[in-house]
Amino acid sequence: MGMTITEKILAAHAGKKTVTPGELISSKVDIVLGNDITAPVAIKEFEKIGVPDVFDKEKVVLVPDHFTPNKDIKSAEQAKMLRSFAKKQGLTNYFEVGRMGIEHCLLPEQGIVLPGDVVIGADSHTCTYGALGAFSTGVGSTDMAAGMASGEVWFKVPESIKFVYNGDELNEWVSGKDLILHTIGDIGVDGALYKAMEFTGPAIRNLSMDGRFTMANMAIEAGGKNGIIEPDQTTIDYVESRAKRPYKVYSSDDDAIYDAVIEYDVSQIEPQVAFPHLPENSRPVSEAGNVEIDQVIIGSCTNGRMEDLRIAAKVLKGHKVHPDVRLVIIPGTQEIYKQAMKEGLFEIFVDANAAVSTPTCGPCLGGHMGILAKGERAIATTNRNFVGRMGHPESEVYLSNPAVAAASAIMGRIAAPGEVE
Amino acid sequence: MEFQGRTWKFGADVDTDAIIPARYLNTSDPAELAKHCMEDADPEFPSKVKPGDIIVAEKNFGCGSSREHAPICIKAAGVSCVIARSFARIFYRNAFNIGLPILESSEAVDGIDEGDEVKVDVDNGIIYNVTKGTSFKSTAIPPFMQELIDAGGLINYVRGRLNR
Repeated sequence: MGMTITEKILAAHAGKKTVTPGELISSKVDIVLGNDITAPVAIKEFEKIGVPDVFDKEKVVLVPDHFTPNKDIKSAEQAKMLRSFAKKQGLTNYFEVGRMGIEHCLLPEQGIVLPGDVVIGADSHTCTYGALGAFSTGVGSTDMAAGMASGEVWFKVPESIKFVYNGDELNEWVSGKDLILHTIGDIGVDGALYKAMEFTGPAIRNLSMDGRFTMANMAIEAGGKNGIIEPDQTTIDYVESRAKRPYKVYSSDDDAIYDAVIEYDVSQIEPQVAFPHLPENSRPVSEAGNVEIDQVIIGSCTNGRMEDLRIAAKVLKGHKVHPDVRLVIIPGTQEIYKQAMKEGLFEIFVDANAAVSTPTCGPCLGGHMGILAKGERAIATTNRNFVGRMGHPESEVYLSNPAVAAASAIMGRIAAPGEVE
Repeated sequence: MEFQGRTWKFGADVDTDAIIPARYLNTSDPAELAKHCMEDADPEFPSKVKPGDIIVAEKNFGCGSSREHAPICIKAAGVSCVIARSFARIFYRNAFNIGLPILESSEAVDGIDEGDEVKVDVDNGIIYNVTKGTSFKSTAIPPFMQELIDAGGLINYVRGRLNR
């Protein structure tokens, strides 16, 4: 019987020839990740275990990215805990402000996560690295602590759902964000609960690495355990110059067993907007109606990469942000920041009256750098539009791709990029 | 393990931002977090909840962020257990890891109204609605999760394995 890519990676890390869905395994981990919100809890739990050192100082990664640069005194104390722990343990992958980026933009860029890896992160969007053909999943702080101590983690092998995106070319202004929002709209926020979401088909093969990261990133918004895409030349081209250790490319067998196979025709998918208060409330932007907005965020671990900034710049060039709107643009990492600067994107952003921020998760989770007041509305390229996610419990968040977000910033209401003259 | 308490009902897809909004995540102190437990789902909850009370929710409870602060604040608010139609997977793991009892039972969710007094026999997976005089079975706790509970949570389990 054949295996899926997810099953193969888990089997290899559990020291087994085969695994089957439902089986409980103890898996070796290649990377254990935490941030300034989750790692403080994990560090306290780690200290209770009673082992002096982490299992491997190169494989435990700490990225203070959520409330940094420190937004208040308490946040500063939390970030300090990471810094002290990293120093004491001699961690090679601790990223201080100035080197720090949004963790899920940063780790692939730095070649820290690679195809074939098993990665756990105390952050639900750890599923992003599945875009590289890794098994990668979010866990809580206690799992992170156990992983830091033992280098192992227990998993129930998930069943896989195969999502096939047919058609070679996406419609104008359609990106990975729209494919995944459409998919979540179709299956619901628990449509893939406990399951592996394997993304495949001609449209995925033609999708850029940045678009793939966006798709895998939001697997959690459908309840998925992991999102995964088989590596191909696009993956290899991305990874080759970044990898500092060997990696392994896995692919699903032709006779692998899937819990379900769901097919989409990408010619039928237009840019999407997810309405409050769940990512599953997605609909085509042409059906959005007249929704006036107060704020636009372009950034996050979902859409804070180079391609996203280039698309935003393409829409914004020569335009001004609507007088009643605040546009905040947040490059995902320092490398992206520098590249955007080199390409002249910041000039376009600043000329359009946008604010450009240093990398941070910031407003995505209502941390800082753009909190909403009562009754305010934002459209954001982020991943969650839950009640109170970006600020006041009576504020609203709409989710979209960077092109729709940029167009909306200009128009002062939710708008399709084509509406911008 | 047995618990008895008043029930508080919540709807579907209660996310961890609603359980503990990120604006309070600049601390990990359980008592501090408990003051804001479920605040964005029901602003009155932190002042209404009493030790031993039970949360009963629809499907996909605890979806969204992996923040362990969510089960931590529920536990610290005195909630004895959570019964739901289903749980999001990271929340499910986290709850077991920190020792917050959770039970899956659609029939219990259907058969309990807010305010009912409910008794839960966690070991046998039986939920008694004391107010209505009815009882329900919950989905069996997987053997490995039982092992974690018996060890006193994941940290004790791992400590036992590493220091053996």
